[in-house]
Amino acid sequence: MSLLELRGISKIYGDLKALDNINLSVENGEWTAIMGPSGSGKSTMMNIIGCMDKPTMGEVLLDGVDIAKESAKNLTAIRRDKIGLIFQQFHLVNYLTAVENVMVAQYYHSLPDEKEALEALARVGLADRAKHLPSQLSGGEQQRVCIARALINHPEIILADEPTGNLDEANENIVLDLFRQLHEEHTTLIVVTHDPEVAEVAQRTITLEHGRIKSDEINKMFGRN
Amino acid sequence: MFFKMITASLVRRRSRMLVALLAIAVGATILSGLVTIYIDVPRQMGAEFRNYGANMIFMASSNDAVFDMDTVQTGIDKIEQGKLVGVAPYRYETVRIHEQPVVAAGTDLSQVQTTSPYWMIDGEWPEKDEEMLVGQNIAESLNLHAGDLVNVMGPTEEDSEDQLNFGVDIRVTGIVETGGKEEDYIYMSMADLETLVGEGELDVVELSVSATAEELDRYVKTIESEAEGITPRLVKRVTQSESTVLGKLQALVFLVTAVVLVLTMICVATTMTAVVAERRKEIGLRKALGASDASIMKEFMGEGLLLGGVGGILGSVLGFVFAQFVSVRVFASSIRYQPLLLPVTILVSILITGLACLFPVKNATTVDPALVLKGE
Ligand SMILES: Nc1ncnc2c1ncn2[C@@H]1O[C@H](COP(=O)(O)OP(=O)(O)O)[C@@H](O)[C@H]1O
Ligand SMILES: [Mg+2]
Repeated sequence: MSLLELRGISKIYGDLKALDNINLSVENGEWTAIMGPSGSGKSTMMNIIGCMDKPTMGEVLLDGVDIAKESAKNLTAIRRDKIGLIFQQFHLVNYLTAVENVMVAQYYHSLPDEKEALEALARVGLADRAKHLPSQLSGGEQQRVCIARALINHPEIILADEPTGNLDEANENIVLDLFRQLHEEHTTLIVVTHDPEVAEVAQRTITLEHGRIKSDEINKMFGRN
Repeated sequence: MFFKMITASLVRRRSRMLVALLAIAVGATILSGLVTIYIDVPRQMGAEFRNYGANMIFMASSNDAVFDMDTVQTGIDKIEQGKLVGVAPYRYETVRIHEQPVVAAGTDLSQVQTTSPYWMIDGEWPEKDEEMLVGQNIAESLNLHAGDLVNVMGPTEEDSEDQLNFGVDIRVTGIVETGGKEEDYIYMSMADLETLVGEGELDVVELSVSATAEELDRYVKTIESEAEGITPRLVKRVTQSESTVLGKLQALVFLVTAVVLVLTMICVATTMTAVVAERRKEIGLRKALGASDASIMKEFMGEGLLLGGVGGILGSVLGFVFAQFVSVRVFASSIRYQPLLLPVTILVSILITGLACLFPVKNATTVDPALVLKGE
């Protein structure tokens, strides 16, 4: 059974079909890139997979459970336990230090554990920045804190919406290296991106257009660059 | 972690929270300050009135005995040593100022200060002969002011054979304000009055006795039966006016406190609404990280209540200082600290803040977590 399966998903706003009959399955450990022009429905799809929104029609099976039918309260719990989120705008809590930002995710999940949070920061190369506030960190560093936070509760899927959209080349490479490591550890990654270079390093690239899947390709170059 | 989050939010976002904290602290200051005054001033005023204000008067009996200071002394002797706080004899005679008849009271003005502590003097109390106080109404109709030197004449020829044509120049040292009939007289020393109108009998003597109601009753009985020529009476007037003044004062304090608390609540509610609006992204993020509505409410409530607590502590300290200041300035006495007021003020602050936060916090839970994936 696939880790994630979308069956006939549509999301309709008024007479706009943001998603139009999407069928898709993602295997455990797979690294998928989602591309497509602005307004093609990428974020809408991420919101649905991330349990933050419900489709108008269709089934979303995560671990065999149809999350489209769950209550908002259960969705919160599923999101907390199974999903790790990485954002284009990082979304760190600006009055908490780097390590505290990681601990917030632990707090909602189970229990804050500073040692573990520091280890997660060390893993993204920020051991010496743990006590800094977001305003004292560069964009790349903030994104790494965001990644450490997404990883801290060992989620089944990491969803990243334009994770390198606000980063320069050097920081983009740091983030992609982290994704490579995560992939080697069998973490399931779904990365939305505009950037062909970011899509290229994934195993599989899905392209959306007008809410439909335009192409779904396995990257033959995968693992060679 | 919960505590760390809410304190960090307050400490590291100072400027915004300072406004709310200030509002709460000001509210709590006024609350605790006014309540301190509310509790303490009646205690002090009561003590002052009961201990020092006149609570007994002597009048002449209808028999032939002369009613003068010697007679009065026989009555005073019946009162235990140390219980008598002040004795002010009064003799009322008509004199003339600017050809207008005026009722002058001859008295012992240093004693009046203890038997009538509630008199408000615009100016100074006289310290020697040829100085006088003028009632507010007289001062107005004759256009007299503190510091004026006034020629006071004895009664006209029809009234008395041995009138003084030249009169006596007496300096006005102060204007008496009581809101009562005292404002219709002038007050001078007994010696000055005798110079103007000659010797005569007293009309009334006001006494201030520091004693319980039973003791006072006993003194009245003893004096009535044993002191010739004196009819003693107990006076209730002061206690009555005391209670109306206090009633008004307390109603005012209640009103002001209620208004201030409502204003505080509005200010805190406004600030919290702004805070929630400002932090929509953060709330969305917390929800995206898996925060339930209950934890979001708990966190914002926690911040609000912590703010209320700190504001309350600040307010009760400042409130005491404020009450002390008011008390010293207005009532010329220092205030006793009410230990119970500290927890009460803090509790009320927390309660008010909690109430004010209710709506904004409920609002915070409606934020959609999907918001965090919307690019801006
Ligand atoms: N809450 C909403 N209400 C109405 N229309 C929406 C809403 N969210 C997204 N849309 C529309 O759905 C389409 C897909 O949006 P989105 O998934 O954000 O695109 P992408 O992330 O690929 O740029 C867009 O045309 C957008 O305007
Ligand atoms: Mg998008």
